[in-house]
Amino acid sequence: MKILKKGDLEKIREAGLQTLFPKETKISVGMATCGLSTGADRVYEAIQKEVERSKLRMHVAKTGCIGFCQREPVVDILEPGKPRVFYQEVTPEKAVELVRRWGESQVVSDWLFFKMEKEDWIGEDRFYDYSVRQIPKGLDGTPHYHQIPFYNKQLKVALRNCGFINPDHIEEYIARGGYFTLCRALLEMKPEEIIGEVKASGLRGRGGAGFLTGNKWETCRKSKGDRKYVLCNADEGDPGAYMDRSVLEGDPHSVIEGMIIGAYAIGAHEGFIYVRDEYPLAIQKLQTAIRQAVEMGLLGEDILGSGFSFRINLFRGGGAFVCGESTALMASIEGNVGEPRAKHIHTTESGLWDKPSNLNNVETWNNIPVIISRGADWYSKIGTEKSKGTKVFSIVGKVNNTGLIEVPMGITLREIVYDIGGGIPEGKKFKAVQTGGPSGGCIPESLLDLPVDFDRLTEVGSMMGSGGMIVMDDSTCMVDVAKYFMDFLKGESCGKCTSCREGTKRMHEILTEISEGRGKPEHISLLEELGWVTAEASLCALGGTAPNPVLSTIRYFRHEYEEHILNKRCPAKVCRALLKYRILSDVCTMCGRCAKVCPEKAISGKTKTKKEKGIPFRIDEQKCIQCGMCFEACKFKAIEVQ
Amino acid sequence: MIPFTIDGKPVEGKEGGTLLEVALEAGVDIPHLCYNESVKPYGACRLCLVEVERHGRRRMTTSCTYPVLEGIKVFTGTEKVLRARRMIIELLLAMCPGDKKIQEMAREMGVDEVRFKKEDKDCILCGLCARVCEEVVGANAIHFAFRGDRREMVAPFLGEAMNCIACGACVVVCPVDVIKMKEEGDERTILRWKRTLKMKQCKVCGNYFAPWFQLEKFREKARLPKDFYDVCYTCRS
Repeated sequence: MKILKKGDLEKIREAGLQTLFPKETKISVGMATCGLSTGADRVYEAIQKEVERSKLRMHVAKTGCIGFCQREPVVDILEPGKPRVFYQEVTPEKAVELVRRWGESQVVSDWLFFKMEKEDWIGEDRFYDYSVRQIPKGLDGTPHYHQIPFYNKQLKVALRNCGFINPDHIEEYIARGGYFTLCRALLEMKPEEIIGEVKASGLRGRGGAGFLTGNKWETCRKSKGDRKYVLCNADEGDPGAYMDRSVLEGDPHSVIEGMIIGAYAIGAHEGFIYVRDEYPLAIQKLQTAIRQAVEMGLLGEDILGSGFSFRINLFRGGGAFVCGESTALMASIEGNVGEPRAKHIHTTESGLWDKPSNLNNVETWNNIPVIISRGADWYSKIGTEKSKGTKVFSIVGKVNNTGLIEVPMGITLREIVYDIGGGIPEGKKFKAVQTGGPSGGCIPESLLDLPVDFDRLTEVGSMMGSGGMIVMDDSTCMVDVAKYFMDFLKGESCGKCTSCREGTKRMHEILTEISEGRGKPEHISLLEELGWVTAEASLCALGGTAPNPVLSTIRYFRHEYEEHILNKRCPAKVCRALLKYRILSDVCTMCGRCAKVCPEKAISGKTKTKKEKGIPFRIDEQKCIQCGMCFEACKFKAIEVQ
Repeated sequence: MIPFTIDGKPVEGKEGGTLLEVALEAGVDIPHLCYNESVKPYGACRLCLVEVERHGRRRMTTSCTYPVLEGIKVFTGTEKVLRARRMIIELLLAMCPGDKKIQEMAREMGVDEVRFKKEDKDCILCGLCARVCEEVVGANAIHFAFRGDRREMVAPFLGEAMNCIACGACVVVCPVDVIKMKEEGDERTILRWKRTLKMKQCKVCGNYFAPWFQLEKFREKARLPKDFYDVCYTCRS
């Protein structure tokens, strides 16, 4: 149905509430990419079959990612009058068991994750209470959602709906308060008021640069031009980062609503979402969401009778990292090669097809409806003096809890790594955390109490970036890390500027030399010089930040570089060419396994048998290629790596 | 005209102009490779770096892409600028050690040693050939392919440049002179683009003067009579 007035929105809300909180029990499966990659689709099928087979009155639903990606597939059961119960790491077999036991009114306690008695509708400043009348046996000891350390320090603004709604149901988005803000913005607010609110909120661009969103909107609004565009940057390309993907997969309407509000404020009637084609599910969810919004009259001509018209086009990117840069992204939409251009005239004045264009990241757009709904006063109370609100991070690497988190700005890195992330697994020691994606820097333990804030992260040689966060333990070699990121960047630089193309290539080359034992003392200063030129002389932010992994590791882990170069040793035992394998003759049982697996026949000795005495095995250093096969094969820990 | 200063000296530039244009006009020497007045500025080689002070903030930028703005202060020879240029020319020299022009520029900048592994490329990836081909000739016969360290200037699909009219504009404009044209009998070849075209013979002098394909393109575009190119440029005048 077309929404013509607020009353229509209320009617749809009613319909949405009925599927969000049906009269019968609802069982939902987290089906974002993180869930699917661990088999959520099979879990969903198994549940459906079991419900059909057993003829239980149960509603089976799909939802997005609730954040704790490591524990996927996550399944939750919501039975009226009882707490909502979340289960973790559910397999198809476990899922069948869950349904079966539910039919017998039992709680399966083995895979219990947490329970919830109410959910936060942050956009509307209220909690939706499940009206729990009884807590079933077996659930009393189960922690509440907010008692789980992973969730305890989180504040979900951007991720407000992820994992709670079916992203394919616009009604459910509306039921949780969606599009009501748009209605108010279009019918009751002037564009200037909206911009004023965004400015006062202090929201800074979530794509990485951290430019004040309100100021950008204002410049674009004031720019002269008959045609203006608003764009959404969903070209998320940082290795290990998936904040935008999760938002698009779990809550696509929040981005669309933000864009419509922004377009109205700026005076644009056409928008583009640039999403990388490697995100097929996000594209699918966006396509559905745009279609639904058009059908309901939330996109198109005369939206909600306001007289304002706006449409959104979906543009699929070919997967070049550099196309996340604003001018390259616009060139790509125009059909040109994705290459950045000089921005002496801002894109807000001359951007896409030389028209004033306002580009914001997925998370920035998605924050807008909440900011307008709750007001700048509320929003600006969250965070630090110059970094307001919350930020979504994907925390990955050598940390116990990996997943998608949203925290208020100003939280320390230590809290993220140790409280939310649960510390380092296997009793190993923390070494560094890399923030800001491939061009971010590695932050050492001594700076763990640093508050997460745009400016503070830049001060220490890293950056906020779009929100990738990679935790490293003491088994990580910092030279190797720098080399990995340079390898990524030398291939993802567009190649236009000599300084960036050749700079990243040569930094990678030198790091390879160092990691393979050919490092020279002067290499460190050469890397620093190259890093400086790459950053200073290149055109765009990719080149401008590309040396960060190198420079920050030199800054905080210089001794590791020196160990590699001067002593030809890799302290973390990662750089293969620098490893020395030795057989401890007193531990060697002379079984001969190592010699059998050695591809270079570098191990000699004599196998001990009942008849013969045997000779302990030893490795010929000249022949050894440091493949580590003997180390893996030895069952007696007789092989030592140095 | 818009007034500003270059190295303390007052200069003027027209609106829409760039710093490099004004500097060259004023006789200030700024090294450059990817700039040519016949095409739009591109900013690829990064050699024309200068420092620009505007609203009290100073930053390094390429003078070929920076617009003329009132009251800015441009510094072309600061230690920072020279240091960056030296590294850039060293990087180019490591990439194309055989290019005479690069060798010469490196020497002028005081770079006589390359600290990186030498490669055996010849093209410096300034893009002038493709830009002239697109913006001036209108043939769009060649372009960059791939990205990052795999970037290359090539004909489509690494094959023959089927749109190339063998006009030789790329040959002329290439700053390091690595695009070669050769004429043998009734054929003209641009080696780099794997393009060989048959030439037309002048009805008067009998010389082969231009490729058939090129003349046909011109004739079509300018709607000239069929026999317009029967006679060569020299015999016609």
